[in-house]
Amino acid sequence: MAQVRIKIDGQDVVCEAGSTILQAAQSAGIYIPTLCYHADLMPEGVCRVCSVEVKGQRTLCAACCFPVTDGMEVLTHTPKVRESRRMIVELMLANHPQECLTCSKNQKCELQKFAKELGISDIRFKGERRAYDIDASSPIIRDPDKCILCGRCVRTCDDLQGIGTLHPAYRGWKTLVVPGLGGDMSDVVCVNCGQCINRCPTGALKAKDPAPEIWDAIYDPTKHVVVQTAPAVRASIGEEFGLPPGTRVTKKMVTALKMLGFDRVMDTDFTADLTIMEEGSELIQRIKEGGVLPQITSCSPGWIKFIEYYYPELLPHVSTCKSPQQMFGALAKTYYAQKMKIDPKDIVSVSIMPCTAKKFECERPEMYSSGYKDVDYVLTTREAAGMMKEAGIDLPNLRESEYDDPLGMSTGAAVIFGNTGGVMEAALRTAYALITGHELEKVEIEAVRGMEGVREATIQVGDLPVKAAVAHGLANARQVLEGIKSGRFADYHFIEIMCCPGGCIGGGGQPQPTNEEIRKARTRAIYDEDEAMTIRRSHENPAVQKLYEEFLGHPLSHKSHELLHTHYTPRERRSIRHRAAERADAGSEPKTTKADHSKKVRVD
Amino acid sequence: MAFYRAHILVDTGPPAMLKGAMAVKAALIEEIKRRGLDNEIKVVETGDLGVRGGGPALVIYPEGITYAGVTTADVPEIVEEHLVKGRQVKRLVYSETTPGVVETTERPRSKEMRIILKNVGVIDPTSIEEYIAAGGYEAVGKTLTKMTPEQVIAEIKASQLKGRGGAAFPTGLKWEFTAKAQGREKAVVCNADEGEPGNFKDRLILEGDPHQIIEGMIIAGYAVGAHEGFVYIRGEYHQAAAIMERAIGLAREMGLLGKNILESGFNFDIQVLRGAGAYICGEETALLESIEGKRGQSRMKPPFPPTYGLMGSPTVVNNVETFCNVPHIILNGADWFTAIGTGQSKGTKILTPCGDVLLPGAYEVPFGVTLREVLYNMAGGTKSGKDIKAVMMGGPSGIVVDSGSLDRRLCAEDLQPGAGALIVVDVDKCMVDTMVNVAKFFYHESCGQCVPCREGTKRMLETLSWWASGAGSESDIKMLEQLANTMSLSSKCGLGQFAGVAFKSSLPLFADEYRAHVVDKVCPTGVCPMDRVLEEVN
Repeated sequence: MAQVRIKIDGQDVVCEAGSTILQAAQSAGIYIPTLCYHADLMPEGVCRVCSVEVKGQRTLCAACCFPVTDGMEVLTHTPKVRESRRMIVELMLANHPQECLTCSKNQKCELQKFAKELGISDIRFKGERRAYDIDASSPIIRDPDKCILCGRCVRTCDDLQGIGTLHPAYRGWKTLVVPGLGGDMSDVVCVNCGQCINRCPTGALKAKDPAPEIWDAIYDPTKHVVVQTAPAVRASIGEEFGLPPGTRVTKKMVTALKMLGFDRVMDTDFTADLTIMEEGSELIQRIKEGGVLPQITSCSPGWIKFIEYYYPELLPHVSTCKSPQQMFGALAKTYYAQKMKIDPKDIVSVSIMPCTAKKFECERPEMYSSGYKDVDYVLTTREAAGMMKEAGIDLPNLRESEYDDPLGMSTGAAVIFGNTGGVMEAALRTAYALITGHELEKVEIEAVRGMEGVREATIQVGDLPVKAAVAHGLANARQVLEGIKSGRFADYHFIEIMCCPGGCIGGGGQPQPTNEEIRKARTRAIYDEDEAMTIRRSHENPAVQKLYEEFLGHPLSHKSHELLHTHYTPRERRSIRHRAAERADAGSEPKTTKADHSKKVRVD
Repeated sequence: MAFYRAHILVDTGPPAMLKGAMAVKAALIEEIKRRGLDNEIKVVETGDLGVRGGGPALVIYPEGITYAGVTTADVPEIVEEHLVKGRQVKRLVYSETTPGVVETTERPRSKEMRIILKNVGVIDPTSIEEYIAAGGYEAVGKTLTKMTPEQVIAEIKASQLKGRGGAAFPTGLKWEFTAKAQGREKAVVCNADEGEPGNFKDRLILEGDPHQIIEGMIIAGYAVGAHEGFVYIRGEYHQAAAIMERAIGLAREMGLLGKNILESGFNFDIQVLRGAGAYICGEETALLESIEGKRGQSRMKPPFPPTYGLMGSPTVVNNVETFCNVPHIILNGADWFTAIGTGQSKGTKILTPCGDVLLPGAYEVPFGVTLREVLYNMAGGTKSGKDIKAVMMGGPSGIVVDSGSLDRRLCAEDLQPGAGALIVVDVDKCMVDTMVNVAKFFYHESCGQCVPCREGTKRMLETLSWWASGAGSESDIKMLEQLANTMSLSSKCGLGQFAGVAFKSSLPLFADEYRAHVVDKVCPTGVCPMDRVLEEVN
C-alpha cells in the first residue's frame, strides 16, 4: 500500500493511503474524540464530534471518515474545532435526560465522558426534550430518550449481523431509531443477540435485568438457588472491576458467587462437555447412518433464532442438542434434585451468561423438560458483576475457590466453547477418540482458531477426512447458509456457527466496550484456561462419565433425548403490513410513541 | 402536419391549474368548435408561463399576445374579438403597469436575455417536432457525429459553465472527473428536485421545454461514457413529471434515445424518478440514496458522485438549468458563451424574484446585472411600493442582504444569486418573524442524521420563536451566533451547513431589531406577537 505523509497539529505522520484522518491520528498517538465511530463498524460521520480543521477545506471535516491525501494539514485544536465540539456536545445534552445517576450506563456512558472531558458546565438550550415511552417488550430494552442517534446499533444489526432490526424512522428532530418502522422489539425479527447494546454509547439500549428476582430467591429460605457460569464469563467479568481484558478470574468468581448467597455454584462447562458427548455422538451417527450433513452446532441461541427466521428449510442440519445452559437447567431439576433430595419445585436455577439471547432461550416453551422451567433466570456478565458490586464484593482481591459438585467439574474442551471455533475443536478432540479409538496427540487444532469471519479446514480423523467450517457473526453465518443451499458445503461434515463476533467472548451480555483487541485478549485467556487444565477432552470428564453411569445410560439414550435434546420451530417473518392489519383487527392504535410536548420549559 | 392559422397556448402550470386553467382550455375548445374553427385554430397546453398574480394566462400566436386572469366567461369574447375579428381584448391584455400581472411575451424583455427560456411559452412542450423546428437536437447531432467525448468536455470546460443549482461547481471539471473515473457503468442524473423555497425555474423548463433537458443529458452521457440517465423530479411536480415522461417517450420514438442514437453507435436512455417530498433529496448524495431506494440522507463526502455515485458508479449529477446550457454551448461555441456574463460567471441565470415584489416571475439575465435592475426594472419593485428591507439570495439557505446591496452585481465576484430565487422582504416585515419562518423550514426539512443540523435547527427555531414571543434574552444572540457557526462548520451536508447562514448574515445588518426583541421585548414593526412573559418558568 502506498504511503502518504501528512501533518497533524504540526507533527509529521506517515500513514497508508486510503486511511482516514482518525486512523492516521491514532497511529501517531494523537487523540481525536469520537462518538458515532466504532472500530467494528463502517464510519458514518454523523455525530460530528471528531470534526477537525483540514487546511483548504471550507468546513470542518469528520476525522472518522475523511480520507487522508498526501501533504494534508490537519489541526485538531483550533478555536473553530473547540467551539464546534463543545456546541455539538451541548446540543446533545440539551436533548438528553439528565438522569445520569440512575442510568444503567452511569460512569460508562460515552456522552457523559465527553461532557466531563470538555467541561460542559451549562446547557444553554432549555427547550423541548425527547419524551418517548420505554420499550421493554423483549429482553432488549430500548429507551429512546437516551438515544443520541449515532446509528451504531443500526450499523451493528445491519452490517455485523445482517438482520436490520433497528432503523431510523421519521425525519429531522423527530428521528427515532425504531424496530421495524415503529413496532415494539417483540413485534419484529430480532435474535436478541445484544450486539446493539454492546455498541450503544449511552443507556438507550440495555438488557432486562432479573437481579431483583434473584435477590428475592436468594433471601427466600425455602428456595435452593443454584447458579451456573458460562465459559466466556470467567475471561471477561474482571473487566467490570477494572482488570485488563483477558484477565482470568474463574476461581475468584466462584468465591464471589458463593459470597452472594447462591446455594451451589456450578459450571456450564460441565454441560459443555456433556454437549460434546451428545453432539459428537450425533455427528458420528449422522455420518454412519447417512443423516443430514453437514451438521451445524446448536449452542448459540441467537444463531438458532436466526436460522428459524431466515433458513427454516435448513433446520434439519442443526444438531438437536440443547445448548449447555439448557442441558444444565434440565439436569439441575432432575439429576441434581434427585441426588440432593430436593424437590425440584424449590430449586431456582440461575445462569450467568455472556449473552442476552439466553434470556430468550430460557423462556422457550421447549425448555421445560424437567417438568419445571429448566433455567429460571439469566444474568449477563454485566448484571452478575452488578450484583457483586451491590454486595460490596471486590472480585479482584478475593481468595479462590472451586466449583461445587456434581455439575461443577469440567475439561479444557468445555472452556473453549467461549471462543469461535471452540465447539468445533472440542468436538474434534472427542470425535477423534470415538471414531479411531485413539487420543489426539496435539489437542490444539489451530486450523479452526482465529478471527476470520468464515474459516474452513479438513482434519484427518483416522481414515475420514472431516471437512469442517466455522463462522461467527450472523452476516458470516448467512454466507455459510447460502453456501449450503448452493451445494458448496455438500461434502462438509460439521459446521460451527456462533451468533456473535469472536463467539461468546464477544457476546451481547459482556462488559463494555467491545472491540477486536478486547475480544482477542479474552480469546487468549480462554485458550490459556484450556492449557491450564489437566483434562482437556470432554469424554475424559469423570463427572460426565458418572452422569452417564448413574442417570443417562449412554449418549443419545432415551433419557438424553428427553432432557438434552430439543426441536426447532420455523418462525414467520411477518411483514409490517401484516402487523398493521392485525392491529387494525384488534382495533388498537399503532404503538408508535409520541413526544410529550407539555415538557416545554424556558428558564432564564 | 396540419396547418393552423393560430395557436392558443394555455398556461397549465400548477398555480394556473388551481385557478381553473383546465376549464378555460375546455371552454376555448368548445367555443372554437362551435364556430367551426377547429381546423384553423389549435389549443395547446403549455407549462408555467411564469405569470404570477393574474390567474390563468394564455398566449395567442402568431401575434404573441398574452391574456391573463382569463375566466371561462371571457372565452367567447376572446374568440369573437381576437380570433374572428382580429382585435385584442384590451381589458385582458396586461402590461407591466397593471398591478399584480405580468404580460409574458411582451414583458420588459429588453434587459432579459432568453437563451434557456427561449422556447418556454413559445413552443408546445408536448410536441417534439416543435422543439426540433426551433433548432432542437441539433446539438446532439453535432456532438454524436462530429465531436469526440474529449472534445465535448473540452468545450464545456472552455465555456466555464458552472452548476446552476446553487453551488456553482465547474461543470466541465465534474464531467472530466466522471469520464476519467474507473467504473463498469456510469450514470447521468438530472437533479430536478427543486425544493429550495422561492425557486421555480426548473419547473418552468420541465413543463415548457423538456427536450432541452434531454438534449443536455444525452450530450453529458456521451461526454462521460454513460448509457443511463435519470431525471429525479420533485414529488410535488406531477405535471412536470408527466410532461417529461412524454417527452422522453417521443425522443425514444424518434430514435434520439435508446440504442444507436442517430446511427452513431451511442446508446443512452433516460428514466424519470420521483421524489417523495423531502427537501434533503435535492442534495446530490441524498438524491442518489433516494434513487437507490434508501432513506433520503446525505452520504459522507469524499468520495463525491463523479467517483462514487449511483450504485457506486461514477455519476454526473447536474441541475436542470445546467444541462439546458449545454446544447447552446455545443452549437454556438464556448467563445460565444464566455462573452456573456462576467469574468467568473459566464452565461445567463434564471432568477425568480418573489416575496414582496410586484411582478414575481422568472427572468433570465446575463450574470453581472445588479440586484436593483432585477428587482426594480424587471420585477417592478415592491408590491406595497415601500422600500426593500432585505433580500434572501437564492432562498432561505442563502445569505440575507439589505437595501445597501441593491447595486451589487449578481455574479461570483460580487453577490451570488444561488439557485436563483430572490426572496424580497419589504420594510413592513419583521426580521425575527422572517427568521422564524426560515428556521421552521429547516427544522422541518433536516434529515435528522447529524447532530449539528438535527439538534441545531430545533434550537434555532425554538430560540427565535421565543424572541418573537417576548421570551428572549440578550445572551441568546451570542448563543445563536455560535450555533449558526457550528452548523455551518460541522454539519454533514449542505442542508445543515446553510441552515444558519440567513440568520448569521442578517445579524450585523439587523442587530438593532434583534436587540429590540430580546432586550426591550418590543417588535419594531409590530409583526411579532410578543405575548409571552416569563411566567412559565418553573
